[in-house]
Amino acid sequence: MLVVDALSKLYADGTQALARVSLTIEAGSFVMITGKSGCGKTTLLRLIAGLDQASFGTIAIDGEPISGTHPAVGVVFQEPRLLPWLSIAGNVGFGLTHLPKGERRARVAEALRRVGLAEQAKRWPRELSGGQQQRAAIARALVAEPKILLLDEPFSALDALTRADLQDQLLALWQESKTTLIMITHDVEEALLLADRVVVLRSQPGHVVADLDIALARPRLRSETGFETNRRALLAALDRPSVHLEF
Amino acid sequence: MTDAFAQASLADRAGKAAARFRLTFHHPAWAYGFILPVALAIAWELAVRAGLVQARLMPPPSRVAETLYGLLRSGDLLTHSAATLTRVGSGFVIGAVAGTLAGAFCGASPAARRLLDPMIQALRAIPSIAWVPLFILWLGIFENSKIMLIAVGVFFPVYLGVLGAIASVDRKLVEVGRAFRLSRAGLVFRILLPAALPEWITALRSGLGLGFMFVVAAEFMGASEGLGYLLVDGQQLGKPDQILAAILAFAVLGKTCDAALVLVTTPLLAWQDRVRDRL
Ligand SMILES: Nc1ncnc2c1ncn2[C@@H]1O[C@H](COP(=O)(O)OP(=O)(O)OP(=O)(O)O)[C@@H](O)[C@H]1O
Ligand SMILES: [Mg+2]
Repeated sequence: MLVVDALSKLYADGTQALARVSLTIEAGSFVMITGKSGCGKTTLLRLIAGLDQASFGTIAIDGEPISGTHPAVGVVFQEPRLLPWLSIAGNVGFGLTHLPKGERRARVAEALRRVGLAEQAKRWPRELSGGQQQRAAIARALVAEPKILLLDEPFSALDALTRADLQDQLLALWQESKTTLIMITHDVEEALLLADRVVVLRSQPGHVVADLDIALARPRLRSETGFETNRRALLAALDRPSVHLEF
Repeated sequence: MTDAFAQASLADRAGKAAARFRLTFHHPAWAYGFILPVALAIAWELAVRAGLVQARLMPPPSRVAETLYGLLRSGDLLTHSAATLTRVGSGFVIGAVAGTLAGAFCGASPAARRLLDPMIQALRAIPSIAWVPLFILWLGIFENSKIMLIAVGVFFPVYLGVLGAIASVDRKLVEVGRAFRLSRAGLVFRILLPAALPEWITALRSGLGLGFMFVVAAEFMGASEGLGYLLVDGQQLGKPDQILAAILAFAVLGKTCDAALVLVTTPLLAWQDRVRDRL
């Protein structure tokens, strides 16, 4: 269980990015964080990842307060951020150097298989498409078997079809591994299709304005009535007019 | 019938061979580089033959070639080249290793940078040749002072190259290292140095170039062998053909060493996504 308690972030230039954000995230859940641009989503994720220090407040995993990066927390950035001088297999195995070679190789192969990149193991990152690179980045984070995986808009740079593909794969990976997923998205539909719970932030300074449980069975369809109800609720929380499409 | 078939296939093969010949030998890109120097050499030769310039001070290419051949035959060219190459090689290795270590250390540790970099920058402002008298006092007139001068010449471009390369490593990649909880050494060896590799190799190449520049200075300050000695000797004995032969030998040697460095390091850069740069 991840507990974020009264977290505030004041940047050096005086920008208050977050003000007293509190969240309790159950182990194994899939939580989406959404909100308008600049509302503090990335800031929150970087604090949980330990890449930046909070100004006030605490973060605890299973009751243990953490400061700085933590082995149980993995990160997938908005860009793939693969290391260009390592092969895809080398990138995926980057965090496993403490393991014996045989085991490392086996786990890398397994991770690559799960994201559908088994064939690409020996290639350089530059030889992969954007979607393949992002899958490799997800494999790199997953292979370390983090308890909590943080994803910052991992699919925002991809076309709609690739994105739908990767959403399905991520869902399958989550159902298999029961890792806690905390993902940022701008995309209302993506949030409703994937998550158990959607947290909405609003800015100046960043704070939680809504926390919706999405109790829809999977696989989810956009045409379900439940989906539409949740969509309206989410858009209202985001303070956007709900555009109803008539066919 | 068999005959006709054999003939047809022969003609076919000849055609293919001709096509291959055209592909490989027809206008290879490097051939263009020779047009101007060859034309100049011919013009020079003709000018000397026509008596337009004095052969005594401006020996024609044929004379230079003759001298070069003579030096080659007698084995002198090999001895002198080997002496020069040994000096450049030793100085280069010392300077490159020291420059890389200092650059990596200052690049990776802000404390080290604050402490060492100002001093190194100040030393860099001194023209390296100015050290020569001191090196001779300290290390003697023979090999050590020469190698030291070359090493100093190589050190600075390598140091600056590595330091600059590390300073400009993408913060996003460094963050990947932090997310994987790398130690400081892990960050240096697994992120900073690999990311700096292309610029490091460029720095080594300019270091090598400076090494060749300084070996001439080193050999001017008193040597009994080496291509620089051939230059001085040619001047003192009034043999411009020998000077030009030594200059040519320097050009070939320098280019060969640079090409060898590129050849050895190219496999290290196979991962790079760039317009293929050429030698
Ligand atoms: N390093 C920084 N220094 C100063 N201010 C910052 C810094 N990073 C972010 N901010 C500010 O903090 C606020 C929140 O930024 P953050 O990146 O968390 O937003 P976001 O919700 O991720 O936005 P987006 O959806 O556009 O990615 C913004 O006002 C931003 O300008
Ligand atoms: Mg963001």
